[in-house]
Amino acid sequence: MADVIVIGAGIIGAACAQALARRGLQVLVLDAGLPGATAAGMGHLLVLDDNPAELALSQYSLQRWRALAPAMPNSCAYRRNGTLWLAANAEEMAVAQSKYLNLQAQGVACELLSRDALRQREPELREGLEGGLLINGDGILYAPATARWMLETPHINQRRARVGEVDGHRVRLDDGHWLKADAVILANGIQANELCPELPIEPKKGHLLITDRYPGKVTHTLVELGYVTSAHNASGPSTACNIQPRPTGQLFIGASRQFGTTDPQVEGWMLARMLKRATEYMPGLAQLNAIRAWTGFRAASPDGLPLVGQHPQRKGLWLAVGHEGLGVTTAPGTADLLVAQLFDETPPLAAQPYLPQRFLGEPVYA
Amino acid sequence: MPELICDGRTLRVAEGTSVAAALALGGDGCTRTSVSGQRRAPLCGMGICQECRVSIDGRRRLACQTLCRDGMRVETQA
Ligand SMILES: Cc1cc2nc3c(=O)[nH]c(=O)nc-3n(C[C@H](O)[C@H](O)[C@H](O)COP(=O)(O)OP(=O)(O)OC[C@H]3O[C@@H](n4cnc5c(N)ncnc54)[C@H](O)[C@@H]3O)c2cc1C
Ligand code: FES
Repeated sequence: MADVIVIGAGIIGAACAQALARRGLQVLVLDAGLPGATAAGMGHLLVLDDNPAELALSQYSLQRWRALAPAMPNSCAYRRNGTLWLAANAEEMAVAQSKYLNLQAQGVACELLSRDALRQREPELREGLEGGLLINGDGILYAPATARWMLETPHINQRRARVGEVDGHRVRLDDGHWLKADAVILANGIQANELCPELPIEPKKGHLLITDRYPGKVTHTLVELGYVTSAHNASGPSTACNIQPRPTGQLFIGASRQFGTTDPQVEGWMLARMLKRATEYMPGLAQLNAIRAWTGFRAASPDGLPLVGQHPQRKGLWLAVGHEGLGVTTAPGTADLLVAQLFDETPPLAAQPYLPQRFLGEPVYA
Repeated sequence: MPELICDGRTLRVAEGTSVAAALALGGDGCTRTSVSGQRRAPLCGMGICQECRVSIDGRRRLACQTLCRDGMRVETQA
């Protein structure tokens, strides 16, 4: 008998399971083996500050990753290589400056780089970029291996099974069996709506590409600031330069965003647009050999923040869903928030902005 | 008959020979060494699996999709 059942063995389910097991609870993790976001995504650990709640959760989570890192096996490929935000013009440099002030004020270590300093740090970048903002504490990891490592924690049992129905703290497996525990945690990513149709979660498709090994070409994860100033409309397809050096020397290229599709096919036009954007920042990329391209789906909520907390109308069912493009980063913070609420403790950061109530209404139980 | 240099050794092959075939004839058949130190060789022979990555004149290429040219330098250690 388990104390808690977790549905989904992606990075979110794994982080929740590990946090609960470390409290001594017996945890059963059920996973259907569907292609999830954890296996598809980039595993970039980064502080984002589009709003205070996003900053609080990502900053807290980055601290937790840095604390976890020494215990993580090599296969997790954690590196604290920093994020370098690229400003292409004066307008974007102004964005970098205000980001710098905002992050500094919150205690996030960062430094502004001039045009020359930028080229010195990353000689593969094209000439003429205005400058950059380096976030020192950001990093990368290999999320599927990290989730596997988390699930090896004592007190966790894993079972390959597809959940067909949830009813508070009970779940029905596809073979018709019902299982129950003191609490059920829903951490099944993009499939959350299949079990809870009332959840406001939409798939956001992303393309990715990885090159052969070119060690030493790039050091930091290079991300453009342009998405702030380019007036791309929020619902149409968009791309942004995102170049991540893997510990193997491979370069991992993103990022694209498309709503309104669940087709996993790699689309040539979108991939081309994404790569063109990346080569605008790093022209030499065009000469490198790509070895694979694939897609994945982010589970997007209307305000871009995850839903973490008890379902207001389904007592006993706890939600850890809607992590969009930041779920690897925010997994430890999500787990700590959820565990604190389950144990009725004061959470390490304010839980309120992430409560499911903001979309689902007030609790119907006392 | 193109003549190429594979890992420092000169190799003469028939016109129209792919680099993958040349390495099978005149090398250990492998095109590269993996991250974990394994020697890796062509698998699909048709440009899909990406196993046959190799350095040709300093650039990463697919050995099965590249024809030998005179003076080519092929490195299989990386
Ligand atoms: C292209 C792309 C790039 C990304 N880049 C980054 C990045 O750089 N940094 C970052 O922090 N985040 C990134 N993300 C986001 C991040 O990958 C996700 O937020 C995160 O992996 C979500 O994890 P999860 O555990 O919620 O979901 P998933 O990994 O999708 O796991 C859900 C699991 O639930 C299981 N499941 C589903 N339904 C059922 C059922 N009925 N019964 C049993 N099991 C079920 C599935 O089998 C699956 O294993 C990216 C995402 C994408 C798509
Ligand atoms: S052998 Fe498969 S790509 Fe060359």
